Amino acid sequence: MSEYINRKDVPAIAVQDLHKYFGKNEVLKGIDFHVNQGEVVCVVGPSGSGKSTLLRCVNRLEEPTSGTIVVEGVDITDREIDLDRVRTKIGIVFQQFNLFPHLNVLKNLTLAQQRAKKRSKTEAADIARKNLAKVGLAGREESFPNQLSGGQQQRVAIARALSMDPDMMLFDEPTSALDPELVGDVLDVMRTLANEGMTMMVVTHEMGFAREVGDRLVFMDGGVVVEQGKPKEILAAPQHERTQGFLSKVL
Amino acid sequence: MKPSTRRRLFRAVLYVIFLVAVAALVIVADWETIATNFLDLGVAAEQFPTIITTAAKNVVIYTFIAFVGGLILGLTLALMKLSPVAPYRWVATAYIETFRGLPALLVIFGFAYAVPIAFTEWNPPGGSTGAGLIALIVVSAAYIAETIRAGIEAVPKGQVEAARSLGMRPSWTMISVVLPQAFRIITPPMTNELVIIIKDTSLLFIAGMALGDRELTTFARDAVSQHANSTPLVMAALLYLVITLPLTRLVARLERHNQRSR
Repeated sequence: MSEYINRKDVPAIAVQDLHKYFGKNEVLKGIDFHVNQGEVVCVVGPSGSGKSTLLRCVNRLEEPTSGTIVVEGVDITDREIDLDRVRTKIGIVFQQFNLFPHLNVLKNLTLAQQRAKKRSKTEAADIARKNLAKVGLAGREESFPNQLSGGQQQRVAIARALSMDPDMMLFDEPTSALDPELVGDVLDVMRTLANEGMTMMVVTHEMGFAREVGDRLVFMDGGVVVEQGKPKEILAAPQHERTQGFLSKVL
Repeated sequence: MKPSTRRRLFRAVLYVIFLVAVAALVIVADWETIATNFLDLGVAAEQFPTIITTAAKNVVIYTFIAFVGGLILGLTLALMKLSPVAPYRWVATAYIETFRGLPALLVIFGFAYAVPIAFTEWNPPGGSTGAGLIALIVVSAAYIAETIRAGIEAVPKGQVEAARSLGMRPSWTMISVVLPQAFRIITPPMTNELVIIIKDTSLLFIAGMALGDRELTTFARDAVSQHANSTPLVMAALLYLVITLPLTRLVARLERHNQRSR
């Protein structure tokens, strides 16, 4: 088994020539993509462009059909890799939150710490409380997910991912399922994370967030990366025709 | 005629039909014969305390054994049916389809009489009643397995993805995330299974029972032939309800409680 070593001298995520088929439908058509350590990369594009699939391939929630995905120097498409170990290094936040509805907020945050990281109950609870405070939800430990608003649930989900001490965070359209007035709180938490130097890959439709927080913007369409660069430059002057078409619709 | 008048008239007709039916029953029924045959207090008194201490108690014990056994075997079968390993799926499917398709009575008879003939070293604990109970477990497991499988599949895929992306192994994901939610979803159908098992304990008579092993139905049948009076049957019926009704009420309450965290 190849040992997992956290290396700081390699990209956090390096994807090469990634292809993904769902049946006969090719969703990713040879993606080259990387996220450097400490970088915030926003991935935008029309629905069906493959951006969520790309994100889900990075921790193999989707099995890539071909290509390599290297996370912190380790090829995670290697069959011998300890995938669960890699996954504790990659925090994921989903569009639908996916909190565990049968557990209260505290247990949502401590479960995987105890099961996957073998932390003691008290240590896990301490870390959970610290992260709850960080997302502005201190004191909600005993609440159940359905007693929280969508924005609060998503912040709990972020705290849950952070409690595993990940090296990077992947956000899969984190605000798309929220009422407009609740989006701001979630984006604020993400902005704080970015300012602290967290490596982030954010699939989003929030162009304001991408412009303001993103170090790099990647535009995808039809299963390929069409264009990438500094968010401000791309949003102001997109080079590619498809980028122009997309941005003219969403801005 | 106005629609509201028509509705009221229709309602009145329904009441009249009901009252006429009740009145006819009261007039036609031979209350004295019914009372002597079904509600003989002398016969009733003679059934105590054995009908409670042996018969009703055995129903509860047999139900508990069959349900817990069925739950363990059923959970195993459900997980086998969802296994990535094909032969496990085949075995589980074959098992479930077979024992759901057979009458419980036939399976009990088979385990009590046919299996001992074929396998002479087969010697279940509890004698023929024990063999019958194993048959009840075998049958209930087939139904419970399907219920659990449906429950597991009803848990949203995102739950598994969230747990796995946090680095939890498949086994922990199943135990800590999927199964607790699945069991909440299947509380109502599992209550049905439990009530069905309570009633199916009455089929154990076919295995042949020692006096102390008798459950309510067998006990009542014996008492009916002994006294040439049907009162014990009525008592057994009431006792079944005493067992099942609080149970279904309890589960309904549990279910309301669970809504909180769903």
